[in-house]
Amino acid sequence: MIWEKKPVLLLILATGAILVGTIITMVLPFAWVNTEADSIASVKPYTPLELAGRDVYIREGCNNCHTQTVRPLVAEVLRYGEYSKSGEFVYDRPHLWGSRRTGPDLARLGGKYPDEWHYQHMKNPAAFVPRSNMPAYSFLSDNAVDPEYTRKKMEVLRFPYTSDQIEALAGKSEMDAVVAYMQKLGSDIPWRETAASLIVGEMQNPFLDDSSVIQEGQNLYAQHCSACHGLDLTGGLAADISDLDMPDADLFELLHNGLPDDGMPSFASFGSTRIWKMVTFIKNYKKH
Amino acid sequence: MEKTEYNYAIVRSFVNWSILWGVVAVLVGVLISFQLVAPELNFAPFLTYGRLRPLHTNAGIFGWGIGSFFALFYYMVQRLCRTPLWSNGLAKFQLWFFNATIIAAAVTLLLGYSTSKEYHELEWPIDIMVVILWVVFAINIIMTIIKRKEEQMYISLWYMLATLVGVAVLYLVNAAEVPVSLFKSYSAYAGTNDANVQWWFGHNAVAMVLTTPPLAVFYYFLPKSTGVPIYSHRLSIIAFWSLIFMYLWTGAHHLLWTPVPDWIQTLAMAFSLMLIAPSWGSVFNGYLSMNGQWHQMRENYLVKFLILGITFYGLQTLQGPLQAVRSFSAFIHYSEWIPGHVHMGTMGWVSLVLFAAIYYLVPRIYDRKLYSIGLANLHFWLVLVGQLIYSVSMWIAGVQQASMWHSLNSDGSLAYTFMETLIELYPYWWIRGASGVIYLIGVVVFIYNLYMTVRKGETVPVAAAQAA
Repeated sequence: MIWEKKPVLLLILATGAILVGTIITMVLPFAWVNTEADSIASVKPYTPLELAGRDVYIREGCNNCHTQTVRPLVAEVLRYGEYSKSGEFVYDRPHLWGSRRTGPDLARLGGKYPDEWHYQHMKNPAAFVPRSNMPAYSFLSDNAVDPEYTRKKMEVLRFPYTSDQIEALAGKSEMDAVVAYMQKLGSDIPWRETAASLIVGEMQNPFLDDSSVIQEGQNLYAQHCSACHGLDLTGGLAADISDLDMPDADLFELLHNGLPDDGMPSFASFGSTRIWKMVTFIKNYKKH
Repeated sequence: MEKTEYNYAIVRSFVNWSILWGVVAVLVGVLISFQLVAPELNFAPFLTYGRLRPLHTNAGIFGWGIGSFFALFYYMVQRLCRTPLWSNGLAKFQLWFFNATIIAAAVTLLLGYSTSKEYHELEWPIDIMVVILWVVFAINIIMTIIKRKEEQMYISLWYMLATLVGVAVLYLVNAAEVPVSLFKSYSAYAGTNDANVQWWFGHNAVAMVLTTPPLAVFYYFLPKSTGVPIYSHRLSIIAFWSLIFMYLWTGAHHLLWTPVPDWIQTLAMAFSLMLIAPSWGSVFNGYLSMNGQWHQMRENYLVKFLILGITFYGLQTLQGPLQAVRSFSAFIHYSEWIPGHVHMGTMGWVSLVLFAAIYYLVPRIYDRKLYSIGLANLHFWLVLVGQLIYSVSMWIAGVQQASMWHSLNSDGSLAYTFMETLIELYPYWWIRGASGVIYLIGVVVFIYNLYMTVRKGETVPVAAAQAA
């Protein structure tokens, strides 16, 4: 055929073939995405400290192990929270959705744990989450954030900032910045409040006289609660709960919904059986 | 017959350097695979998984992959056009600039200068180096083709030309960014747009770097190795045009169930399935070219590499479309299955074809007989077994991991916490690390064989080598 003998013609035809799919699936979407249609009013740009933290996240390649998009799938919404919306990412240059979940998704991390949890976890993940394979990032505490450089970044991105915010960066470490960034993730829409489920019906601990579940409750506690409340329940990052004076039903509700404002995660996804087992363990702790 | 002075020196140099970068890629790969099971192997700040993984992929795709394509394209273009390279000086510059770029890439990645975009992590100054490199390469190839002495352009030349435009378009568009300083920039696109552009790039980097160039190599070196022509010219034409047309629609299959508009996801899914046809067009063309020649699988080690290579291409292009189906993607995406898939393509398809081509080349560009066919066979089995253990263990791990992620209790709550799913992977990760070591040993055997060929191999008269 003629193009087999004309290299320039072949080049032109090949470029044409490549451009059809390119224009339709890559250029055209700009008319839909990041427009009025998918914008969310409550989504705000990053503050200088958060932006500095985001750049540390990029520098350290956190996106090689952590994704930042929750898909609208049952198990995923249960595990991570409300599914991600396009309008939540309008200030993300670049996007950090990732492609592998060696570690958990972080799109809804903001507000899940108190700041102190993040500081300690970043310093030594395995001490906090047994058998975690995340590298330790303690060196971030030794690196200072550069206020002037951060100001320049805010200018390039045209994000609003005040000179107070820039001045406040003096003395902040990269660790402070990363924690600030993580607390911002996914928290621009009030999803935690809407996700907290209403508990209906009269609540009765099904294991009230069943000491056989205490061991299982203790295992769950050791894995999911002890990092903050201590293995002996006497507290640490969070309150001392070794002698808790609270009805079973109230404790159930607290575990089920968490305390979004105080950094206590919700354990709703565990299901009521496992929550009751944890309740039973905690309430029986003083008795043995 | 008139004698043409082909430039083989440049081919030799690119072969040597690409192998060196290939070794770096495999070594770093082995290290990071063990980092996943033994986090104390992370040496912060420079040698953590997060910084090393981009180095692994860049050294593999751009150092080993592109480096050997430079070598093989320069060899093929001269032979297929029956004319020397258009500019030896430009090629020489390209060689040095290529190595400078790879070194700059390695250093900056370890220092943490990264855009975070997968397979496009390099920051803007190095982007510019890559663009210069590609322009120089494209000019040299195109000019050589234009002044060719053979009117008909063989199939491999079509794939080469498509590669030249394809990579240029992809790289330039995805590189659009606003610099803040010498080693920091922000993407020109935001959020969902950025993701869609990135995976249009990401998936078509697979098309234009890991598919069309190895196909150019396969279409040239299979007939050269077997001594019989490609089965169907017409099939080659259909497969070529439909492949380069369809690939560009499929990027969003990396973004199924994300906020990217649904219609883009659906198009990507549909075109991914259709892509089976042109992919298997080349697979069939390869297999049918072996009609009456299958005995060569026993006798000719080159054919073994090439046929196993195209077989992995065939499996890869069935598995890929499967993963691009929404329902299966919902299950398997983000799991360990994906590295299993990717490494069948890179360690199976691309590398097996490259090994064959280099085995074919080395005796001809050094005028030596291959030192040991026995070692070449040993190399074959080591890399084959290493790659199979890698992929199979990761597929099993991925299915288990994904099942645990999605398991629910009867009351609708999650059956497993994230950590419970992670610790199940440790045994598989040990196996994967071991498979990498096996592959690495195979590569060492390969290099030893080439080294001994050049040092000690029997010399062959130039004319005999040329005629072969």
